[in-house]
Amino acid sequence: MSEALLKVEGVSKHFGGFTALSNVTTEVAQGERFGLIGPNGSGKTTMINCVSGLLRNEEGKIIFDGKDVTDLKPHKRTGAGIARSFQIPRPFHTMTVIENLMIPAEFVGHHRGEKGDDRAEAMEILETMGMAEKADDTTLDLTQIELRKLELARAMAAKPKLLISDEAMAGLTGQEVDEVIDILFKMNERGITIIMIEHIMRAVMRFSQRIICLDAGQLIAEGTPEEIVKNKDVERAYLGSTDG
Amino acid sequence: MKYKFEIICMLLIVGLFVLTQVVGNQFYFFIGFVILQYMVMATAWNILGGYGGYVNFGSAGFLATGAYTAVALINFLDVGLVEQMIAGGIVAGALGLATGYLTLRLRGVYFAIATLALAIILETVVAHWSYVGGAAGTSILPKRKPEFLGELIVDRKTGVFANYKEYLFFLMGTVAIISVWVARYIENSKLGRGLNAIKDSEEAAECMGVPTLRLKLIATTISGAMMGVAGAPLASYLTFIDPLSAFNLEYAINAIAMPMIGGTVSWAGPVIGALLLGTAQQVSSLWIQSELNLLIVGVVLVVFVIIAPEGIIGWFRKSRQGSGR
Repeated sequence: MSEALLKVEGVSKHFGGFTALSNVTTEVAQGERFGLIGPNGSGKTTMINCVSGLLRNEEGKIIFDGKDVTDLKPHKRTGAGIARSFQIPRPFHTMTVIENLMIPAEFVGHHRGEKGDDRAEAMEILETMGMAEKADDTTLDLTQIELRKLELARAMAAKPKLLISDEAMAGLTGQEVDEVIDILFKMNERGITIIMIEHIMRAVMRFSQRIICLDAGQLIAEGTPEEIVKNKDVERAYLGSTDG
Repeated sequence: MKYKFEIICMLLIVGLFVLTQVVGNQFYFFIGFVILQYMVMATAWNILGGYGGYVNFGSAGFLATGAYTAVALINFLDVGLVEQMIAGGIVAGALGLATGYLTLRLRGVYFAIATLALAIILETVVAHWSYVGGAAGTSILPKRKPEFLGELIVDRKTGVFANYKEYLFFLMGTVAIISVWVARYIENSKLGRGLNAIKDSEEAAECMGVPTLRLKLIATTISGAMMGVAGAPLASYLTFIDPLSAFNLEYAINAIAMPMIGGTVSWAGPVIGALLLGTAQQVSSLWIQSELNLLIVGVVLVVFVIIAPEGIIGWFRKSRQGSGR
């Protein structure tokens, strides 16, 4: 395995007296397809909020691409190469689909000194998503799956090294789930490291090379999909204890 | 042509000047000033409220900051109108920046309440500051022979303008045109697109690389500065100023209502709103009843929220799209 792209070192996050994340340590390798699972309220979204910068962890460090990003604001982390999608789609609803993609292209790309044709690049991303014909529609006209794809497309427009997909498939039909997985595979083939947070086990098991499982803010298991499936702690976290 | 809009702006400023030389009836400049002042207020409000989605309910506070900066300067140094306006802009801009910092965690209705509170606090401070007249107010007598860059500005025979009303009208008109130019520039810039993203979803904007805090601070500063410039000549216009008139809630309400009626997505919205609503208010309060103007705002606002929630601009765009399909 190559050098770690993301290191999460002893990260804890409290909300008042509630501990949402407790001393979580893990690594994501360059180019890896990484799954993050856990029951509702186990701290998955808190963890990626800490990674993307929307939340500040009180303890521990986030190291990305060899640099400590713990104190960086989210937009700086996006500039460094971390992009994410949101569980509940948050499109820029007064803009068209392609304008949504041009925001990260302008604010991240230009900041890095890239001087490409934003519109052409955005169009290319939309084409890989099969959304090219929706480019000039407003986001209000999109269906659920299109909104999810837009979330991923917009994150891609930030040209990330690491893409965090936060439950991009919740509520989609089986066929739509496969469609989104294919998109994520395609992104991974281009060299983008992907963290997938998902409740749909079929998807996360098929996609991930390595999975961690959180329960009540603690990391309880780490391993390949096969190992995770057999893990007793994971089973207990999801189904409860069987021996009373 | 690349600079078409700029050339039109220049021509409009020249046009304003010609008006002051040709039209003899001072009454038109008297009401024209108010409408132009509202145009600046509405345009300034829209930079933060329309583009960025942050509703400022304390516009009167920024306007009064400009007005009282001018009063303090007149008392202290006896400077001319142009200097007063520049100083008013700087002080109100700094206030805007401070407001942005203090309220950066507040969104939606909480931001609106905070800005309203700011205006009330400022009003209390000014009411207890006797140097600028305190609660009783103070009279501002126009300078006898104002000069600007060595030129005699206001004099019945040898001045550039025959009297103060013309001078004030011309200055406010120039400020209004510059404000609209600035708003249009922002609208088509990276700043404008970033503010739009903030309006739609601040968290998503931040995660897509938009430096949300910095853009918000730029917007509150520019917006505050414009309002300060618009407020600076108020004392000279009224020849008297007290906290009640400077901090009047009417300014805050109109600054919101005018862009809403015209349309908040484009620079043209506040301009149209200010022209329509401002004219209607002036006409009604002068010829019918002075208390009628607030009623007009209320009724017009209700009507627009129901039939054209995106303002006149939005309504036109929609009907044009409708007929195109």
